[in-house]
Amino acid sequence: MILVQTQDFDSAEQYRCLREEADNPGAIVTFTGLVREFYEHNSGSEPRVEALFLEHYPGMTEKALADIEAQARSRWDVQACRVIHRVGELHGGDQIVYVGVASTHRGDAFAAAEFIMDYLKSRAPFWKRQSTTAGEQWIESRAADEAALQRWDAVKSDPDVPH
Amino acid sequence: MVTLTINFFASLREELGASGETLPLPEQVTNVAQLVDYLVGLRGERWAVLQDNTRVLVAVDHTIVQRSHALRGGEEVAFFPPMTGG
Repeated sequence: MILVQTQDFDSAEQYRCLREEADNPGAIVTFTGLVREFYEHNSGSEPRVEALFLEHYPGMTEKALADIEAQARSRWDVQACRVIHRVGELHGGDQIVYVGVASTHRGDAFAAAEFIMDYLKSRAPFWKRQSTTAGEQWIESRAADEAALQRWDAVKSDPDVPH
Repeated sequence: MVTLTINFFASLREELGASGETLPLPEQVTNVAQLVDYLVGLRGERWAVLQDNTRVLVAVDHTIVQRSHALRGGEEVAFFPPMTGG
């Protein structure tokens, strides 16, 4: 299930849904991303983030997330999957993203959840603009996020790597 | 009339001062790269940022594509900076 929404979410409720939707699960891995009050790119006297604005591309965002979920399902045993990404104005400490995966075994649940998060950061059309004590700016993409994707390609190309 | 719908997002929308438009498919445009060249010719040098494929990604009908992707008219073409979700 994919949701792109402005409102907050209840991770306990999402966990309950995953348990209900899965058929005989042995593991549920959930991830919740939060808005940091200080953005770590800037070194030294970094300004405090007063607000974070999340823009998205309606239609394409949902499709991209569904594609990422489908890729995860094709690579690992995924019994149930929930992805929620908030958009609009957020503040420090707010929940911003949720990924939950139920699987037969923990290895698949961990891998699928991490794969979905890694792909979501660089392949789903969301953009962050931060409003700080020093002004407003769009957050630039990080090479580290792109590098995180290549590691999954390496896993894919090596049939001996267990999952 | 065969048209294209064009959208710009995030910092690119602000840089160009344009959120999008629908325009008739120009005769000389058969792929994304040619559409970009056409727009730069029409709007001026400020739009040349669209030609930088490290700063600007392109999606056609909600799927990321290469600049060589063919356009036949009727598509939704979106230009945006690298994504920063999560």
